[in-house]
Amino acid sequence: MTALASHAAAPTGARSRLRRLADSERFLAWALLAPAVVFIVALVGFPFVLALLYSVTNVTVGTQSASFVGLAKFRQAMESPAFWGAVRNTFLFTLVSQALVIVLAGTLARLLMMEFRGKWFVRLLILLPWVAPISLGSIGWLWIFDSIYSVINWTLRHIGIFGPETWPIWLGQPTLAMASIITVHVWRMLPLAAIIMLAGFSGIPKDIHDAAAIDGAGFWRRELQIILPLVLPIVLVAVLFGIVFTATDMIVIFIITRGGPFDSTQVLASLAYYTGIDGGDLAEGAAISLFLFPLLVAIAYLMLRLARRTEVT
Amino acid sequence: MATVETRKISKFYTHEQAAVDGIDLFIPEGEFIVFLGPSGCGKTTLLRMIAGLEHPTAGDVLIDDRVVTALAPRDRNIAMVFQSYALYPHMSVFDNIAFPLRARQFAKAEIPGKVRWAAEMFGIARFLERKPRELSGGERQRVALARALVREPQVFLLDEPLSNLDAKLRTSARDELQQFQRRIGTTTIYVTHDQVEAMGLGDRVVVLSQGKVRQVGKPLEVYDEPADTFVAGFLGSPPMNLIDRGSAILGFRPEHFLPIEARETGNDAVRFTFRVTRVEYLGADRLVYGMLEGGAGEAKVLSRLPSTVPLPVQLGERHEFVIGRRDLKFFDRQTGLRTAPIPL
Repeated sequence: MTALASHAAAPTGARSRLRRLADSERFLAWALLAPAVVFIVALVGFPFVLALLYSVTNVTVGTQSASFVGLAKFRQAMESPAFWGAVRNTFLFTLVSQALVIVLAGTLARLLMMEFRGKWFVRLLILLPWVAPISLGSIGWLWIFDSIYSVINWTLRHIGIFGPETWPIWLGQPTLAMASIITVHVWRMLPLAAIIMLAGFSGIPKDIHDAAAIDGAGFWRRELQIILPLVLPIVLVAVLFGIVFTATDMIVIFIITRGGPFDSTQVLASLAYYTGIDGGDLAEGAAISLFLFPLLVAIAYLMLRLARRTEVT
Repeated sequence: MATVETRKISKFYTHEQAAVDGIDLFIPEGEFIVFLGPSGCGKTTLLRMIAGLEHPTAGDVLIDDRVVTALAPRDRNIAMVFQSYALYPHMSVFDNIAFPLRARQFAKAEIPGKVRWAAEMFGIARFLERKPRELSGGERQRVALARALVREPQVFLLDEPLSNLDAKLRTSARDELQQFQRRIGTTTIYVTHDQVEAMGLGDRVVVLSQGKVRQVGKPLEVYDEPADTFVAGFLGSPPMNLIDRGSAILGFRPEHFLPIEARETGNDAVRFTFRVTRVEYLGADRLVYGMLEGGAGEAKVLSRLPSTVPLPVQLGERHEFVIGRRDLKFFDRQTGLRTAPIPL
């Protein structure tokens, strides 16, 4: 055994050292983790620390120096009505779109569990919104909601639901604008949630379904007492991702409504951008963007704890 | 309690290959019947069709003389135990056992008593508050049995319920299972690929291969009088020696193939010259490998000798071995079915 090992290590010193390194778990662990660590520190950690620093100063886009002002920028943000509107909109946007996503993704995942012809094609179609660049998809939606060329209006009028005088301006009326961005966001989040939930549903062994059928469970009993508790941990993970993605997202809003009309679709993320970058008040922008952070941390903590508690295997 | 019957039942997953191919069976009330066969022989598909979990391509299932082919599993009043036990992992043992009762709208007040009765039947009453993951394999299997028993079904269907247990536990579980079935007397269908389980448990054994019934009979009948070469080669460990003898295939069990000294020779015995090539010691037995010589050429065969019988031969040597005439079985070369004895 020893003879064999020393023989294998014989050829060159450098190569054998490399091979030994590749066998060392401590080295490998760090080598494989390093890119991710660098990536997170540079693109998430650094900006986050910067935002923390900015939020307690009076830095603006044009200035070279900044001085410490304590929590003044937070106070300033909280005194503006636009801020509270954005808080309200963020909650509305997040809660409504997540509720829709979970219900629709659950339904979709159940449909995808069934066997039918052309299933691969349907799966592909469903993944498309997730794979395609979000800006591209949003621009498509921009046309769909266009005030003059809206396909929705055209279709609804042609099938006779709208009279010739009805002409909803999807992105121009506050309620419709919020409904529009929620629609786009649900369309965008649906694939990921559906795939996560599909994994949850397929994770339930066939024997469990069979046992429930033999034990005499009807549709509702099977859904509510067997399937739902078993997929709950995974659904919670999907909800957690959804909430964090939705509450911190501004791409859809940035492209489709720019927060308008009258700030009716302004959320905290977009307000922070408009205040900090467009408005030049970096410090207040940072303060606004940090507002949701403790809340999201609390939500993430709660969800992960809940998911662990309901874990069943 | 009920009878179970299948009439020309078939299941085709593809057009060419039948998983189950036109099986007729009648299982009388209270019988413990075992479906035995290698994996892929269709035994589980047959069981699942009786359960209603699979729909037959053709044919009917009857329970208590009533055609149930179109009924859902829950309307057949059957209970099933799965190989994986299929316990509901998020429910306590109590809730697992109570589930079939609640699903059947039993009166609330009645449920705890019934659950306790079923749990005590299998000695798991002290685990009622635990979750399945906190139980050992043997305990889970008992929970699965209690869940099946609790609503007193007409028929028990058991799909390899012992195969996830370790060898020692399996022997005692087998014993308990049979005693339990005798006590409650419910018609039971048991699927296994393990011939020891089949021989030990079944009132009758159904040997299946490639979707067809090869033989149905009491365990000893199936072992001693195999209907064809498949059954002869599947049952027994090691299985029956099958050697080509011209127009027929000759079969004999290794334990019937003994040195001439070990057996009273009379005119009911047939003599063979056996060249020993290898001996394997298995504790209580020895397996003697070698070649049968003479007549229609050489053939590899096995002899199984109890260690109490001396082996009067060295490796490489020839010796006279004998087989009782009634222990010789003959099979048709083409069909593999049993035929009348031919002169040797």
